[in-house]
Amino acid sequence: MDWWKQIFAAFKKADIGQVAYVPDAGHAALIDACIADQDIHAIALTTEEEGVALLAGAWLGGVRGALLMQSSGVGNCINMFSLSSTCRFPLPVFVTMRGQWQEFNPWQHAMGESAQRHLETAGLQTRTAAEASEVGPLTTATLDKAFADGGMAALLLHQSLMPAKTFDQ
Amino acid sequence: MQDTRSDTYPLQRRDVVKRLTRGKDDLLVIAGLGSTAWDITSAGDRDLNFPLWGAMGGAISMGLGLALAQPQRRVLVITGDGETLMGMGSLASVALQGPQNLSICTFDNERYGETGMQMTHTSAKTDLAAVAAACGIAVTGEVRTEDALEAALPIILEAAGPVYHAIKVRAEKLDFVLPPKDGEHLKDRFRRALLGVC
Repeated sequence: MDWWKQIFAAFKKADIGQVAYVPDAGHAALIDACIADQDIHAIALTTEEEGVALLAGAWLGGVRGALLMQSSGVGNCINMFSLSSTCRFPLPVFVTMRGQWQEFNPWQHAMGESAQRHLETAGLQTRTAAEASEVGPLTTATLDKAFADGGMAALLLHQSLMPAKTFDQ
Repeated sequence: MQDTRSDTYPLQRRDVVKRLTRGKDDLLVIAGLGSTAWDITSAGDRDLNFPLWGAMGGAISMGLGLALAQPQRRVLVITGDGETLMGMGSLASVALQGPQNLSICTFDNERYGETGMQMTHTSAKTDLAAVAAACGIAVTGEVRTEDALEAALPIILEAAGPVYHAIKVRAEKLDFVLPPKDGEHLKDRFRRALLGVC
């Protein structure tokens, strides 16, 4: 199964009702599947930190959510993560990585190389999926950490899972 | 640039908050950090209040998530002008989703009240109600007078939203009326009151 279909299937099984995202090439198929699903509110954000607060509000209202972003979005979230950690709001985050594999754009390296450290410093448990076959189980583990544990967890999706962006070069 | 005009604005935040929330037992209230968190508490600490102590810029997004999760309940976000400015993009995200049960009120005193009453951008140039309208929020208004507040109250509490109002309030130093600051407790009591479970 395509890696993104494994994430979507795990979302459905975990009864995810809100999926927040900033549009992203790596997550594009997953986002489209969430938009098309009648039981999921797919919520476009202007910046990733909105999603951290949005999912806290969803949890107050009894709905489970997940946050999708690219590695560059991790840096936008750092202070807002304090909302989740201080109040123990469940926060599962799915990060498509840049700057680590066939990366054409050197401006992506800074956050690509530091995203995991930033996430861990902010209190998120991190896992990395480097092979498509491990995305499903690691997604379930990430959701379990969030919802069974009132915790914060991120799954980093290695850039090798995504088609390379070549800027037509 | 110093502009002290808001020192004499007629509307006072502690009176406005009482009229928005008193007796509205079903209302789900999120307050931005600082003065608006003390304001909602001054009207009576209640389980269905979620006063933020941090996460500046997040109040409106939190209200959006809650409103989408609870479409049958009225959600009111009360926050400050500095907090609104920090999360201004969230007004665009609210407009895109268009939840009819969400109202947002910015208590706009044109100051950063918690850090020494420094001027915010709204003291000079920025019109937050116009920003909200330009983002696509259907019902917006600026409230400066008692009469305008009286007219706005039923819109804020009942009209099909999303609704955004900038309520121009006097810049004044008031007593701290502090809510509980244990975030887990605030979350758990809100969920217990709303959902019956933590």
